[in-house]
Amino acid sequence: MKIAEIATLLETGAPLGRIQGDRDLTTAYAGDMLSDVLALGGQPDVLLTGLVNPQVIRTAEMLDTACVVFLRGKAPTEQILSLAESCGVCVLTTGKEMYEACGLLYGAGLRPAQ
Amino acid sequence: MTAITRTYQVPGNDFARAGEASGHIKRILKELGFSPEMIRRVAITTYEAEINMVIHAGGGTVTATISPQAVAVVFEDHGPGIPDLELAMQAGWSTAPQNIRDLGFGAGMGLPNIQKYSDVFEIKTAVGQGTTLSVTIFAEGKEPI
Repeated sequence: MKIAEIATLLETGAPLGRIQGDRDLTTAYAGDMLSDVLALGGQPDVLLTGLVNPQVIRTAEMLDTACVVFLRGKAPTEQILSLAESCGVCVLTTGKEMYEACGLLYGAGLRPAQ
Repeated sequence: MTAITRTYQVPGNDFARAGEASGHIKRILKELGFSPEMIRRVAITTYEAEINMVIHAGGGTVTATISPQAVAVVFEDHGPGIPDLELAMQAGWSTAPQNIRDLGFGAGMGLPNIQKYSDVFEIKTAVGQGTTLSVTIFAEGKEPI
């Protein structure tokens, strides 16, 4: 799945931050505890969260996550977007809440990061 | 390649900058061509330890030594120390206040995660004096994650 497809499914605005070429995205993680995604140890291509702070981008950087989706209409600050650009992370924002966003992406083939 | 050493000063309670040292170490490893699995293990280990340092210790010093065989990182702080290390090593146990949990941390997984993803894990702590955490990740270490 490409970032453009995620953007269409979740009715996001235009991708922000930095898009990593034409990388194919196959796995995702959703949650508001960054400690939990780090504990997972896997490599989610997409991270969906209702948290909006710079550490979301840092966590994505550490895990080689290509795309962060901020849920529930929460807008990232310029500081967060600047960090995303320098870390090579794409940022999407959607008005959808976590349950619906996960359902849409799972239905389209995105699978849990193990 | 001979071993290279990098030292970083980590400010306490600065969540805009927390993770800078770990990010820098990760970029060095990428440039040097380490495997993605090795890089991810180092990244998770260093990031968790750096965040701990920012949250609990008022910052500190991170020293990374990188050789083809291993990455060794020492985290040294002069914070309050850990009163009960056995308890702190238990998954799910945390002293992080609510404002830290609101940032997405404080699940009590930091130290257990660091131990899980490192090949050598050593921690020395004294109440009122600080904590020194030393970890090593070998290029041919634990199973890939």
